[in-house]
This record gives sequence, C-alpha cells and structure tokens, in this order.
Amino acid sequence: MNGSKILVSLMVLIALALAACGGTSSQPATPSPLSPAETQSPPAVTEAATKGKIVISNWDAYMPADLLERFTAETGIQVELALHATNEEIVGKLVASKGRGFDVVFMTGQFADAMAKMGLLSEIDYAKLPNSTNLFDEVRRIPFTKYAVPYTWGTTGLCYRSDLVNYEPDSWYDLLKPKPELAGKITMLSTDRWLLLPAQKALGFSANTTDEGEMQQVKEVLIEAKKTLLAYDDTTFYSKLVSGEALLVEAWDGWCNYGIAENPDIRFVIPQEGSDLWVDTMVIPQPSENKEAAYAFIDYVLRPEIGTWVAENILYKVPNRAVMGQLSADLLNSYPNLTIPPQELLKQEALQDVGEAQSLYSAVVAEILASGQ
Amino acid sequence: MKKLVSPLVLLGPALTWLGIFLVLPLALIFAYSFFQRGAFGQIVPQLTLQNYSRLFNPTVLKVFLNSLRIASLVTGLALLLGYPTAYFITQQSTRWKNTLLVMVILPFWTSYLIRTYAWIVLLNREGVLSRLLIALGLSREPISFLYNDTAIFIGLLYGYLPFMVLPLYSSIERLNPELREASFDLGATPLKTFFQVTLPLTIRGVVTGAIFVFVPSLGNFFVPELLGGGQRFMIGNMINSQFLKARDWPYGSAMAFGVMAIVLLLLLFQAWVTRRTEQA
Repeated sequence: MNGSKILVSLMVLIALALAACGGTSSQPATPSPLSPAETQSPPAVTEAATKGKIVISNWDAYMPADLLERFTAETGIQVELALHATNEEIVGKLVASKGRGFDVVFMTGQFADAMAKMGLLSEIDYAKLPNSTNLFDEVRRIPFTKYAVPYTWGTTGLCYRSDLVNYEPDSWYDLLKPKPELAGKITMLSTDRWLLLPAQKALGFSANTTDEGEMQQVKEVLIEAKKTLLAYDDTTFYSKLVSGEALLVEAWDGWCNYGIAENPDIRFVIPQEGSDLWVDTMVIPQPSENKEAAYAFIDYVLRPEIGTWVAENILYKVPNRAVMGQLSADLLNSYPNLTIPPQELLKQEALQDVGEAQSLYSAVVAEILASGQ
Repeated sequence: MKKLVSPLVLLGPALTWLGIFLVLPLALIFAYSFFQRGAFGQIVPQLTLQNYSRLFNPTVLKVFLNSLRIASLVTGLALLLGYPTAYFITQQSTRWKNTLLVMVILPFWTSYLIRTYAWIVLLNREGVLSRLLIALGLSREPISFLYNDTAIFIGLLYGYLPFMVLPLYSSIERLNPELREASFDLGATPLKTFFQVTLPLTIRGVVTGAIFVFVPSLGNFFVPELLGGGQRFMIGNMINSQFLKARDWPYGSAMAFGVMAIVLLLLLFQAWVTRRTEQA
C-alpha cells in the first residue's frame, strides 16, 4: 500500500463513521429556533454553599440561558443539564433507567401521563411549590398535573397566509378537504397524535378515542386527505408558509408565531370543531434522591420572570396568571394567539396516553403513511 | 516463523469493541423481539411470537415491498452511473486517479443528514433549481421537485453512489489490461469485450457495490422523511416509529430482524457469487 492509498482508505473509514452518525426525529412542542442554542455549565460553587446537585433534562434553549446560573447562585444547588430533542427520546431514556439519573425532566403532558401510569414519577406536593399559586386554577384540573407541573401550554390549529388565501378557514375540513386552489399547498403534523387529530375532531370524536370503528373512519378521511397534501411536517412547516410553498398548515399555536415573526400576514385559528390542549410540564422521577432540590428548582421556574421570558422568547402561552396579565401590548398585538384565554384553551381536549390503544394508533398511522404508493 | 505479536493482542481491542457495541445490543434486540409491549410502552418479558406474525400484515408487507423496490431501483441506477465513473477513473494517470478518488469521497466529510437538508434548498419550490429554470425561461411557474419518489431516489442515489464507485474501482483496477487487449486482438468488438471479458471479471465489485448501496438504502429513514415529505413510508421509518413514536420496542425489534434476514440472504448470495467466480 502506498501513501496515497492509505490516505484514501483512511478517508473511507472516516466517511463510514460519519455516515453512521446522523438521524432525524420529529419533535412535538419543542422550543423556538429564534432563541440562541446555548449550553450551560453551572458555575463552581464553594463546598460549603453546596446543597447537593440535581440533574435536569430539557429541550435545548427552552429556558433562559442564565437560569441555571442564577438558580445556583441563589440556592447553592448545583445543576447538571442534559438535553433531549424529543419527548420520545427522554421517555426512552427514563424507561430504560427505570427513572434513575434525573431529578427534574421537562416533557409534554401525555408522555408524563404514561410515565406516571408506569409508576416512574413521584406525585407532586404542590404545598412545596409556593409559586404554584401563580398557576391558573383551571390548569390544575387536568388529571396528569397530579404528577406534572405545567410549564407552557397551547393548542393546535390552522396557520395560514391571509394574503394568499382569499377566505377565512375555520374548520378542520379546510385542511382535510381543501378548496381546489389550496390543494397541494397544505401540510399536516407528522407525529402520530397530531397527525390523527384533525380527522378525529372533524368527525366529532375524542382526540383520545380508543374505539376501533371510529379510528377506521379517521383512517379513511386521512387517506383521502393525503392526496391534497404537500407534506407531513413537524419541524419546518412555518418556513414553508413563509416561502409560500404551503398556504395552509396544521400547526401548534406557538410555532405558528415563528411564521408570524417573519410574515405578519400569517394567521392562526382554532377550528370550530375544537382541538387539543397540550401542556409541557416538569416532572420528578420517582427514584430522584434529591427531591427537595428538585422542588426548589421547579418553584424557581414558576416565578413570573421565567414565564415572561418564555412568552417573549419562545412565544408560547404559559399557564401562569402573574405572567399573562402583564405581557406588553406590542407582543400581544404581534402574536394574537398569545391572548387566547385559559377558558378557551380548556374547552379543548387534553391529550392523554391511550395505553393499549397505542398499537391501534400506530397501525392506523402506518396504513395512512403507506397509502398511495 | 516465530509470531511477533499474539493474535489476541492484535484482535483483542476490536473484538471487545464489537462485542460490547454490536453483539450485545443485537442480542438484546433479539431478546426484545420475543417480548411484549406493556400498556404504556414498557417491555414486558413474556415470551411471544406475535411480533413476528404481525410482520405478515398487509401494511407491513406493502411497506417492505415498496422499500425493496426503491432500494433496488437506487442500486440499479447507482450501478449504471457508477460503473462508467469507476472505469473512467481507472484509465487515468496515478496522480489523476488519486485526485478523482478523493473527489468521490469528499462529500463524506459533511454529515449525510446535512447534505440531505442541502437538497431541500436545491429542490424546493422557491429553491435554486426552480429559480434557475425560471431565469432561463424554461418555466414560468415555480416548480417543486420535492416530496415525491423522485426526490427520494435523488437523495439516496446521491448519498450512496460513492459506495458503488469504490468497490467497482478496486475490482476494475485489478483487472489485467492484457486480457482486454487479447480480446481485441482476437477480433471482439469493444461491446463484446466489455460484456464477455471486463464485466464477468469485475462481477465481484458489482455485487459488493450493489450490496453496499442496497443495504443502507433499504434501511434509510431520514431521506424519505425529509425529501419525501414524510409521505413515503419506508421500512426504516416504520422501525423508527415503532421505537420512538409507538414505543413498541418488541415489534420494532422483530421488524429489524426481518430486515436483517433479507440482508443476510443477500450476503449469502454475495459469498456464493464470490466462490463461483473464484472457481471459474
């Protein structure tokens, strides 16, 4: 082997290693690409001031960049931050470790629901969270908040280009059976539960239905709807709206705001048939060995200034009375869906884990995705 | 001759690595494939063959067949493009050969995923290609080249073509040029020489390249998701969604072993071809 051949073989090896890395995943309710992705390293704290250490896992940039630093400075509790890209990823980790390894984890409600039912979460003692009095009373009525402290919430609806769509869409059927001029310019979310949601709601079923007959009808509607679809998209649908590739998309309210940030002609509407209510939450895994510190952290996050940061930077609604009352008029004018009141949100149906029916759900989704090819 | 280094020292590190990071996880997946999914996505260690019998439902078979179709087409196209390329490279001077080979490998210096995103920039409705066509007056309307089977073919073919070129290059390179000359001297046309001398003698490169392209194309899940707009479901997407979305690890494991069975058959076929050509 001469020198250059060795070089070439080395490059092939590097290439193969690189090719092995990489992958993609869909992400429900994850933070804004508007906020900078910063990594955290807790500052050194003197031995005397250390009151233990907690490990938290959150989506990248889903809380203020200096939050951990400030929390440690104030409480002496050191925090190690892990990141997850999707709910599925962190659930996979927690199931595999039986909940060990983390003290506070951010995840979406229906996943917290499943984790709680598997006995992996500890019940929340709200008495240990003085700032939880800031939470809207309504949000505490959602069953899974027994195990999961609400962080942000919102709903799913239609996000569209009001300058290019010459009427006001207000029904899931605008998405499922579009007018001819919109055909091929529509995207739907690709994560199972939100892929099914428009048809479930349009047909008047529960978003948590476990009825096989109902799911059969949902499947038929969605197979038909696929024919007028541009793409299933969880991550870039708002850019497709901005570029004009799509004119009407199924979107999470907060993510529609990312489109609005770039084009004020983009509008959001909750369809008349109703929609879902999603809640991103903080949970404490059952095996956590430093629950006191975990409570201190969650309580810190419930402070109004954190919620205000979230509303202003992530453009999500927060279920926090002290925050929503004092957002600037400018922000609310620019992003009208931030003004959707809690009563309106609570009319929507909270997504819950569907248990055994999950295999029915994934079979239906597989059939829809495999159709027409 | 005295052995300078014991084989254990030479192979030990690699075997340990493979044992921990390949054999062990595979054994785990194999075990999972006989377990059951609990109501909330846990893995319940109760033995069942149900995960394998569920592979024979019409949707799964359809997705399997469709993936096989796409992977075969990509492999065929890669061979059609890769063979002339590899042949051309072998005909150059040593200096050019190395330059060209580096160019074949160069794309690997960036992650495949990032390069797939780059294709979105090129092919979307407001993308480079669409604008170019409008600027050249070849189209009046913006055209989207994305979200269909063609986009998936482009993405897979682009990504895996080097895997076809490299083994073909090495087998054509090893071919003794005198054999071709002899064929010409005996009056064979270039076409006849290619099909009766060159191709049969480089068939091992063809089979190796084909497997290198076919296997990863079959399992790829992010190209269909990104370039296919998530509307084309390949077996890789299906396995991915069983693990991540449905949280049905046992079923996902069974699917993974289904794919591995196909791949294993292919490798056996390759071994058979290799043995035959060696005997010939």
